[in-house]
Amino acid sequence: MHPAFSVIFLTTLIGVGQGLFLALYTGQLYSVVEVVPVEDSHHHYGIGALIAVVFLSLGLLASFFHLGHPERGWRAIARWRTSWLSREVIVLPAFMGMVALYGLVHYFDLNPVLFTLRETFRIDLSLVIGALTTVLAFTLFLCTGMIYACIKFLQEWATPLTVVNYTLLGAASGFTLATAFAASQGSQLTDFYAGWALLLTLAALVTRVASLIRNQRIKHKSTLSTAIGIRDSRIRQKSQGFMTGSFNTRDFFHGAPQAVFKGIKWFFLITVFPIPIVLLALGMGHSGVAVFALAFAIQYLGLLADRWFFFAQANHPQNLYYQAVG
Amino acid sequence: MTQLALVIDLNVCVGCHACVTSCKEWNTSGSAGSLSDMNPFSRDPTGTFFNRVQTFEVGEFPNTETVHFPKSCLHCEDPPCVPVCPTGASYKREADGIVLVDYDKCIGCKYCAWACPYGVREIDEHQKVMKKCTLCVDRIYDTALPEKERKPACVLACPTSARLFGDVNDPESEVAEAIRERGGYQLMPEWGTRPANHYLPRSKTRITIHDDELTRVDNPLNKERQLPMPDKDAPTLDDFTSW
Ligand code: SF4
Ligand code: SF4
Repeated sequence: MHPAFSVIFLTTLIGVGQGLFLALYTGQLYSVVEVVPVEDSHHHYGIGALIAVVFLSLGLLASFFHLGHPERGWRAIARWRTSWLSREVIVLPAFMGMVALYGLVHYFDLNPVLFTLRETFRIDLSLVIGALTTVLAFTLFLCTGMIYACIKFLQEWATPLTVVNYTLLGAASGFTLATAFAASQGSQLTDFYAGWALLLTLAALVTRVASLIRNQRIKHKSTLSTAIGIRDSRIRQKSQGFMTGSFNTRDFFHGAPQAVFKGIKWFFLITVFPIPIVLLALGMGHSGVAVFALAFAIQYLGLLADRWFFFAQANHPQNLYYQAVG
Repeated sequence: MTQLALVIDLNVCVGCHACVTSCKEWNTSGSAGSLSDMNPFSRDPTGTFFNRVQTFEVGEFPNTETVHFPKSCLHCEDPPCVPVCPTGASYKREADGIVLVDYDKCIGCKYCAWACPYGVREIDEHQKVMKKCTLCVDRIYDTALPEKERKPACVLACPTSARLFGDVNDPESEVAEAIRERGGYQLMPEWGTRPANHYLPRSKTRITIHDDELTRVDNPLNKERQLPMPDKDAPTLDDFTSW
């Protein structure tokens, strides 16, 4: 497939936004049960949620560049019963709204304690809003992943690993950003986030490599023989019916030389996983803002490459019909 | 349930592209707007087409065969392109099974093109909406046209009658009969899309001739079997007549 930059930015940016929210909420949950210190509502959760909303909005903005008719974009909510894309279009703004609400409740301290659990854990409004938002965050990961995983003949995508990777990579990058954010505030949660970011990055490494191995071994079900229905393995295309390209030759081939294709794979494998892991480990304990910020920047850059590769690696069966110009 | 479709006879398709040009001509002049082209008269022209004819070579030299292969939307009975469309712009008609795109609803997200395994949907680069074969829905029901012209433009244009049009679910129809009797098949059956369009395979006309058909046992000429050639030195008639 041809990697579309709008979609690369959409998926990576909202992944960061979702991950960042999950990080904040995890922090808050742990502080309720008093495993980690309680953070300042106003600065930490309020501003943190704002940053998440900014990332999500940028992602949403990027998605409009993918559409031929962005002004009709609202119509995309119509088919939520059958289309994962439609579901994503509904869940994304809902999630954004909830993150914003979560941030506002914290920022303006409109956060009454609703009830107390076992007379120790104080459940406040933000905790309840956060729980709902968390559900939406995971639903959004599911929708994004399923958009790709549900197309069964794009065999590189049609695996649960697609959803798992979107979730873990998004969460990892969000937690890395949360670490840098917490460090910039001198928050006591810095190392807590860094630990989670490390774990998630390692987990994502395992599942992403698993998907790469799986895709390397894929046996494609469609062949030129099933494509034109002639039972002979010796079929060559002599003409695709036109000389200078069409939507079918532009949108379904990545067009990069093999060396670039391979290079991008190694680039993302190094920048998404080992470098951030080392930087996060280095920063832990001294809360170095610069180190964490660098870790996030490099990981995000790597994720752009990861997404490019995700698209480029997928072989659409329609490509069988466009093997030779003439 | 009615399912209109094309049956394409690969045995007689000569790869002339008449269906491609007639399709383009009809559908670019339609009420739904043009099928636009980019740089039509300069370098690298490219444009939107509903139908393409491709050519494949099968076999190994010198025993090869050229197969001309027209390809357009197959109007799948279980079209994967329809449920993925977020707007409902892509839909399958209950009444006749034609898969269509509502150009006023389409947001140009291209997701349906990803979800079609056959690569027959093309985005219109000017109108920014998804386009594909409509089976000439604007002509097959047009009562202003004489009855025999109420067929897709490609079917009317084909000089070898390689394209048949009709209801594949009606066992009495010409297309159903052709599929049944001449081994009509579907493309990429492995994805369960159940394409309505079918292809008729190429078939060679072979006759079997046995040796005894070439040399008849009871050949009457055997009675007056040819005598052996006279010796080269033996006198011939010329020796007496050519003086
Ligand atoms: S051939 Fe492609 S575009 Fe046409 S109905 Fe089937 S899946 Fe949809
Ligand atoms: S490009 Fe148009 S028809 Fe295709 S899925 Fe998107 S909105 Fe639907």
